[in-house]
Amino acid sequence: MTSADNLQAFKRAGRIVVVGASLAGLRAAEALRGEGFTGSLTMIGDELGEPYDRPPLSKQVLTGWVPADNTKLPRRRDVDAEWLLGVPASGLDLANNHVRLADGREVPFDRVLISTGVRARPWFVESEAALDGVFVVRTREHAEALQRALAAGPSRVLVIGAGFTGSEIASVCRERDIPVTVAELAPAPLVGALGAMIGDVAADVQRAHGVDLRCGVKVTQLEGDAQGRLRRAHFDDGTTVDADVAVVALGGIRNTDWLRDSGLAAGVWGIACDTGCRALDLNGLVTDDVFVAGDVARCPNPIYEYRLISLEHWANAVEQAEVAAHNMVSGQADRWPHLTLPLFWSIQFGINIKSVGVPTFADEVVVTQGSVPDHRFVAAYGYRGRVTAAVSFNNAKWLDHYRRLIETAAPFPPPCPTPDQPADTKPVPVDFPGPALLAQGATVVVTGHDPSERRVTAAYQHR
Amino acid sequence: MTTTQTPDTLRRILDYSSRADPYPLYAELRETPVARQEDGSFVISTYREISDILHNPHLSSDTRNLSCPTEGMQAEGTPAFINLDPPEHDRLRRLAMRHFGPPHTPGLVTGMEGALTTAVGHLIDDFAGKERIDVVDDFAYPFPVAVICHLLGVPREDEPRFHRWVDDLINSIDYNPKTDPKEKLDKGVQARKDLRQYLGGLLERRHGHPGDDLLSRLANDDGPDGRMTDEEIVATANLLLIAGHETTVNLITNGMLTLLRHPHVLQRLCEEPDLVVPLVEELLRYEPPVHIIPWRAAYSDITVAGTTIPKGAQIMLMLASGSRDPNRFHDPDRFDPDRRDNQHLGFGSGIHLCFGGPLARREAQIALGQLVRHLDRPRLVADPPPYRRSPVLRGPIHLYVEQGAA
Repeated sequence: MTSADNLQAFKRAGRIVVVGASLAGLRAAEALRGEGFTGSLTMIGDELGEPYDRPPLSKQVLTGWVPADNTKLPRRRDVDAEWLLGVPASGLDLANNHVRLADGREVPFDRVLISTGVRARPWFVESEAALDGVFVVRTREHAEALQRALAAGPSRVLVIGAGFTGSEIASVCRERDIPVTVAELAPAPLVGALGAMIGDVAADVQRAHGVDLRCGVKVTQLEGDAQGRLRRAHFDDGTTVDADVAVVALGGIRNTDWLRDSGLAAGVWGIACDTGCRALDLNGLVTDDVFVAGDVARCPNPIYEYRLISLEHWANAVEQAEVAAHNMVSGQADRWPHLTLPLFWSIQFGINIKSVGVPTFADEVVVTQGSVPDHRFVAAYGYRGRVTAAVSFNNAKWLDHYRRLIETAAPFPPPCPTPDQPADTKPVPVDFPGPALLAQGATVVVTGHDPSERRVTAAYQHR
Repeated sequence: MTTTQTPDTLRRILDYSSRADPYPLYAELRETPVARQEDGSFVISTYREISDILHNPHLSSDTRNLSCPTEGMQAEGTPAFINLDPPEHDRLRRLAMRHFGPPHTPGLVTGMEGALTTAVGHLIDDFAGKERIDVVDDFAYPFPVAVICHLLGVPREDEPRFHRWVDDLINSIDYNPKTDPKEKLDKGVQARKDLRQYLGGLLERRHGHPGDDLLSRLANDDGPDGRMTDEEIVATANLLLIAGHETTVNLITNGMLTLLRHPHVLQRLCEEPDLVVPLVEELLRYEPPVHIIPWRAAYSDITVAGTTIPKGAQIMLMLASGSRDPNRFHDPDRFDPDRRDNQHLGFGSGIHLCFGGPLARREAQIALGQLVRHLDRPRLVADPPPYRRSPVLRGPIHLYVEQGAA
């Protein structure tokens, strides 16, 4: 793809394969057609049925308000694609440019987009995970099954993990007047994403809504009865709780296993790419024909010191998909970088939580507007004296201002005062529990002596 | 530094002679995005800067934060939420929204569609066989007034009384002590008092008699934020009554005028009824009912586009100019109902985003959609039509249209 002629020929009659037919995959396909790509388009997805929206699965679907099959993603245009659904991809052969499917089929491409996303992290003991009443929530089927279990009126629900998904599910339980216990290893809910100060607010909110919140504890065992039904959970402090439903909300696992022998820089942390969504190979070289978008992408962000960041955010998937699609059918001079700021929202216990930027990229946090006790406020995050993120509780309309502060590297703490001055305007340490190693498991072996022969191979045994 | 003094451009915009076409002057104004005026106030005219400052928490809507408020700016009694800052603004707006929109009253506007269509139908029925109609008096004014009266619980037959008060009140909004007779201000102050007294009388009868209208809901409902005081209810009802029709009348009239000036679009609207949705959005950008936010206050020093606006300064936001900014909208002076990425400033932005926007949209969509299908080869009698005085709420005072055989 070196000359404009080649690019035109590719746009007219090339072959593009999209692996992963959910939000990022669908939006990319639509954007490709919007960019004038008229060649063949193949969508590969492991789930049957049309692409659907996931945010409602832990909210409106669980309350019973929206049926699980009413979450189909709206279509912006006809993508005129061949859909290969229900069979996962099992390998990527970059020597011959084809995707292998689990049933043995091979799908050739000129360019490929990887948007395989994330799956739910299952309970770590397989036999306990298989108990009747133990759930995860990632797919439409998961949400539908959990909704049915909640509708049956369980005596108590145990939510394992108080991140956003776990907290939203606990909120739904309280809304449905179901007793709920939330078990979290960290000192507070949401603390891994938003830090200790917001974590304390979230803990207050949960307790005020009648959640039996247990922090700093680990669930060690899920105990079933003779019929294989969940009846009790054991904690590492020796206590137990009786529950007939447990929801395992311990985050996700990026779907990169199928790329193990592909030669791409893919691992548990995702697939590394440049800001143009072009995948990096194991050597850290940019590839020409392999693109990445969505939860599975690990993309450098210049605003955050060029660190590679993976985000499981809805808006990020949409924006990356559009950038990737554009770059797939554009020449070097027309390439776009993916530079939008991360944006995230959640609704739980009647509170709209929204954030902009990367709150984990911070050393201090300060409440800038509103009232923490009233659960209506904005907090700004700072890193070495500049604003890097903000989070709002029931105050989302101000976030555009903070987005501009982040984009302009404005000084932290932001200047006061505002009409809605909080009682305490002193920054406090952000206090995240333990630095998470983003590239955990990325162990490689370097071989060769001359620059022409130096190469990296993955050392998977170290994982 | 983007600050220069362009007092003349603003003066010419406010002058009645430029009412029919202020847009070339807006372009002139945009050459200085943040312009300091002789009196120390600031005028902001570009999209990005307006949008940024409307999201800036250091911008205040409360006259008490102006270092030298213009006479007449301070309303008598309790301010409505449009003139308040958080947390008071948030509380009052939340209390009002409980009875108007989601999440507590999600179906209100949708539920009104049948009534809106019927109201429009009654007005249009009278046009049959008429050669000449005034789109303002015969249609664009009576329709939203009927809607807001019904919504609030204000008897329709009292309309002539409050019509005069609202006129005097609107006239006093852009009162300039240097050029305007004091009488203009006094009439506005008196009208404000009369209107509040009238609404207070209506409210009194609602206590203990919960009904469907907004006044009685506000008077009788207790939510998590408690209840509004009677003064707060009157201030809110006052705001909604004025905003509920003084703006929509312009949107509908400007819409019909724009369609008559773009006959191919008018024709398309007759053939593609769904076009009315993006068309009304484009109207809100291209010929918005509200052109100017006449004043906001800098609560503390605010820096916009390299210019520092000092604490206490008065800030005027030229919304209609921002929506015509070529740095934001491609070919901004073209009326293009197929325009994409049309995030106009027609309803403002930020926490004061138009409260009644969802209703205004539906009103304009239904009114324009019905009107174009029932008029027989409509023709504009005068272009430009005569305009109302106000540069803030800008629209024709009459819009005469001829139809039928010619």
